[in-house]
Amino acid sequence: MASQGTSLKRYAVTRLVLVLPMVLLLLTLVFLLMRVAPGNPISAALGGHAPQAVINQISNQLGFDKPLYAQYGNYLWDIVRGDFGTTITDRRPVNEIIATNGAATLELTLAAMVVAVLVGIVLGLVAGRFRDTPIDVGGRLFGIVIYAMPVFFLGLLAQLVFGSWLDWLPTSDQASPLTQATLETHTNIFVLDALIDGNWSALWDILKHLILPATTLGLVTAGIFIRLIRVNVIRTLKDDYIEAARARGISERAVVYRHAFRNALVPVITVVGLQLAQLLSGAILTETTFNWPGIGHELVLYIENRDYAAVQGIIVIFALVVVAVSLLIDFVNAFIDPRIRY
Amino acid sequence: MAVEAQEYRIRPPRRTPLAGLRRALVPIAEARGLARFMLWLGAGLTACFVVMAVFAPVIAPYRFDQYQSGSNRFSQLAHPSADHLLGTTVQSTDVLSRVIWGAQTELKVVVIALVFSLAVGVPLGLISGYFSGPLDRALVLLMDALFAFPYLILAIVIAFLLSGGIGRGVLTAAIAITVVYVPQYFRVVRNHVISVREEPYVEAARALGAKPPTIIRRYVFFNVVQNVPVIATLNAADAILTLAALGFLGYGIQPTDAAEWGYDINRAVSDAASGIWWTGLFPGLAIVLLVTGLTLLGEGLNETVNPVLRRRPIAKVDMASSMEVAEV
Repeated sequence: MASQGTSLKRYAVTRLVLVLPMVLLLLTLVFLLMRVAPGNPISAALGGHAPQAVINQISNQLGFDKPLYAQYGNYLWDIVRGDFGTTITDRRPVNEIIATNGAATLELTLAAMVVAVLVGIVLGLVAGRFRDTPIDVGGRLFGIVIYAMPVFFLGLLAQLVFGSWLDWLPTSDQASPLTQATLETHTNIFVLDALIDGNWSALWDILKHLILPATTLGLVTAGIFIRLIRVNVIRTLKDDYIEAARARGISERAVVYRHAFRNALVPVITVVGLQLAQLLSGAILTETTFNWPGIGHELVLYIENRDYAAVQGIIVIFALVVVAVSLLIDFVNAFIDPRIRY
Repeated sequence: MAVEAQEYRIRPPRRTPLAGLRRALVPIAEARGLARFMLWLGAGLTACFVVMAVFAPVIAPYRFDQYQSGSNRFSQLAHPSADHLLGTTVQSTDVLSRVIWGAQTELKVVVIALVFSLAVGVPLGLISGYFSGPLDRALVLLMDALFAFPYLILAIVIAFLLSGGIGRGVLTAAIAITVVYVPQYFRVVRNHVISVREEPYVEAARALGAKPPTIIRRYVFFNVVQNVPVIATLNAADAILTLAALGFLGYGIQPTDAAEWGYDINRAVSDAASGIWWTGLFPGLAIVLLVTGLTLLGEGLNETVNPVLRRRPIAKVDMASSMEVAEV
């Protein structure tokens, strides 16, 4: 029910207020999960052979010797101030991990999203337009198989074919060592850094490294877009206004391309947002497969070292990103479709 | 005329213990067209893997961690050959045997995870949906929070936390997967309960003085639970991908305990650089086939059981004979 007085601004404020309990709950969940774990986190991180004095000292630094409610208070206050802690094993601020490794993940996920949306839109539109033809069956089959394909298996196949047999593309790292040494950092996003400096040879090298991981992650994500867009095209082509357009004598081509496709693409925005959060799961696997120095890969390494502080910090970031993205998508949707505002 | 009448006589329901099951299976026998094809192809693929899992000790030529036969050590990374149909790994184990034993691991974990998530998700959804109130609101918020989280990170963190307490076995993997899927069952069941709760027959039961536990057990439960097999099948497919992902990242099952496809693919990534394809291809294909099978089975079930999507065969009306009847 869209009452007259509901403005976009009011909707935004309501939505923002509603998101606060969710954030608090997620943060509390992370805190509790990290505290119920058995064993002393610090001695676990230091390999279990550290002298008691060292353990006590680090415990004191990290506030692990304070009562639980005080730790919880500090934890929340630190997050509000934008301090996500410091790792135990290599004393690295989590903020620095976000700046460098987070940028690598951002580069990968955005490139993957571009691949997913392009492939998904093209195949989905074509499959929906030519419903029940061999093209449609092929598109749907591709959707089913790609859904069943673990992203790391697709990555492995890509490495075998394009890396090992054809020897066209590199299969690991974000750039060759030479590029990494010579590239000046501005944003930590390699593609942007190379563009800013106009360093074309570096850009070419970076793009070559990006192709396989981004295509792998993108193709796996494309499956859901194919399905969604196909169904939407089929539904839209049955709508009355399409019939009306046809009745006015507009050519079938124009009806399909100008009238049907555009409307069929509106729900994609919502799904892009939802997928962006789930893309993080796929990113961890892709990063591990291609040795991509992203934040998910980093998380896996810290878990191996049982570094609680690092794991907690990175997971808090993930939680905040997920909430922020869903919030953003809701705003975009409300902006596009006035019926959503309440 | 008498013969005709007999043919259309409504059979009284048989009171055998299997009658309920038979009634539930009617839509499956009636499935036609694409739904039937998907259902049977999916069931066939799934059945193959279940057979492989159950009879792994008989089918597999070697044990999953066997690297020698007698005193004769298998060669490392051997090409597929008569001795090792799918080749050997870098640890000299037989790829075919690992794929077959892997099916057993997947089956164990997925069954335990399904039982756990049903046992937790369904009752919580029933209670939360039926009673609403503050408990419902709190549970919804918690489940939404869990659901919003990237599923893999949740599973990794749970597996990481549990590995300190109960080790890295089948149970740890199953619990990690359970935590990911409980919110889904909870949501579906709760939302369904909320709509069923207002149905006249539930209200009638309430008017008769039935207590909430009775109403939930006798009236609500069976109407809600119909959706569960479909979700369970689709979730089983998803759960296999999650387990493989955990194994791939090294948080799955201890490699000395059981064979696991995801772990095998992880080991195969380093082989790929030197062009060795058989160590990764076959476990990967096993995952793809099993997940495809379960997905087809789930989608097929959905199209046959769900009355909105179901297409029933339409009995042909025999005009000639009905005309005759009219004339008589």
